[in-house]
Amino acid sequence: MLDAVQEFFRQLATDYPTWNFVFFYEDRQWDKVVSGLWMTIKLSVICVVFSVVIGIVGAAMQRARSRFIRGIVQAYIQFFRNTPPFVQLLFFYFALGAFTPTYSPDGWLEVPIISNVGWAIISLSFFAGAFNVEIFRAGVEAVPQSTQEASEALGFTRLQTFAYVVLPLALRVSIPSLNNNLVNLVKTTTQAFVIAVPELLYQSITIWNDFPSAQNPMMLVLFVSYLALVGILVLGMNKWERVMRIPGYGA
Amino acid sequence: MNWTPDQPIVSLINVHKSFGAFEVLKGISMDIMKGEVVCIIGPSGSGKSTLIRCINALNDIQAGSISVEGQEVHDDNLDKLALRKKVGMVFQQYNLFPHKTALQNVMMAPLKVLKQNKVEVEERARALMKKVRLEGKENSYPGELSGGQQQRVAIARSLAMNPDVMLFDEVTAALDPETVKEVLVTIKDLASEGMTCILVTHEMGFAREVADHIYFTDKGVIVEHGPPATFFDNAQDARTREFLGKVL
Repeated sequence: MLDAVQEFFRQLATDYPTWNFVFFYEDRQWDKVVSGLWMTIKLSVICVVFSVVIGIVGAAMQRARSRFIRGIVQAYIQFFRNTPPFVQLLFFYFALGAFTPTYSPDGWLEVPIISNVGWAIISLSFFAGAFNVEIFRAGVEAVPQSTQEASEALGFTRLQTFAYVVLPLALRVSIPSLNNNLVNLVKTTTQAFVIAVPELLYQSITIWNDFPSAQNPMMLVLFVSYLALVGILVLGMNKWERVMRIPGYGA
Repeated sequence: MNWTPDQPIVSLINVHKSFGAFEVLKGISMDIMKGEVVCIIGPSGSGKSTLIRCINALNDIQAGSISVEGQEVHDDNLDKLALRKKVGMVFQQYNLFPHKTALQNVMMAPLKVLKQNKVEVEERARALMKKVRLEGKENSYPGELSGGQQQRVAIARSLAMNPDVMLFDEVTAALDPETVKEVLVTIKDLASEGMTCILVTHEMGFAREVADHIYFTDKGVIVEHGPPATFFDNAQDARTREFLGKVL
């Protein structure tokens, strides 16, 4: 059965030279696709989680009494929101990467403690996190002052009020915009390509550099993979939105 | 200072409060004894709500002194938690936590603020739901309850902290006439159990029936005060009489 599939694609490549699905009959190329996809998934999941955490922490810091703390958050947002993520990746990897300490696992090679994958995670998380702060802030502002006052009157501290009252309500308001931003983030992981993170785009290009006849099929793989990944994310977010819906609250 | 129950449980001395240049309270003094039910009435904008919000430090004051059980409220080093354990507050708009069920609303502060045992808190919360006559509504969300029901949950939520004093800020003002009564009955129950209650209200009939003492405020000062019988039937001040003439 597997042989027949491989034989079919080998024949297809011979008959139609621009449709060489080389990864279906060459194990090495198949492994590249799988590892690229896996790296994309890992990158996406980790960055989604970090960026949401950054968004929540940032939104909490924006409520701080200290103007200094609020100023830091504001500067962070302006920097990461208003510069291209592509440039940010280059900056983190090449400029900051040059200053990171190294270690030597074998006594010969000097390896930086933060790899290119590490920098991609940091850079992309902060990039998407900046938008998430703004998204959560809008949600926080939608929580009535009077509700927070009630929790204050019950003895909750400002932080407890944020954690138990403001955030749960703000999250619900924020889900649709958060959804958009996370979709964007998953797609932006392709830009980690520029610092040689072996994610799906990087692997696809390696494959079609070796097999120019595989360019069309690799593009197909890219489109299908991202449609599927983003589709799963959106389904998950929609489900979350339904689960979080409060009976009798809002429209 | 050690407070003893023969001293006023809440004491205001010459309280001044301004919002910017606008002075809302211009020297308010009152003493409230333990177990007393006090109603504060007066025209809108006379500073009634501001006054009781100052008692649990939701608003700060510019001058004067407010003390609860001998503890000064107007103090930068105030232990807010200690104050808010003593003083419960119910608001005009109920302000329940919309993402929690009625029972969870009642349980939240004892659990998260006082870190009490969950089983005991739930037992007490269920008893409180019964006390405000909302048995069977434990698992309803605020959005599924009527205004009067929500307000009774809010009362139960406040009582869950075992306060010594309850503040009611126009708690029936947002309600339909037919649900006003169920909330007033709940407050009356509380008053008859000896809870110290300070109410800002427009319900004159209720004030007359339940209050031990009535304060009439206008433009930031106490114009007149006294027990309901003398206050309503024998008001001395022209402004009081004018106000009562309009609302009675």
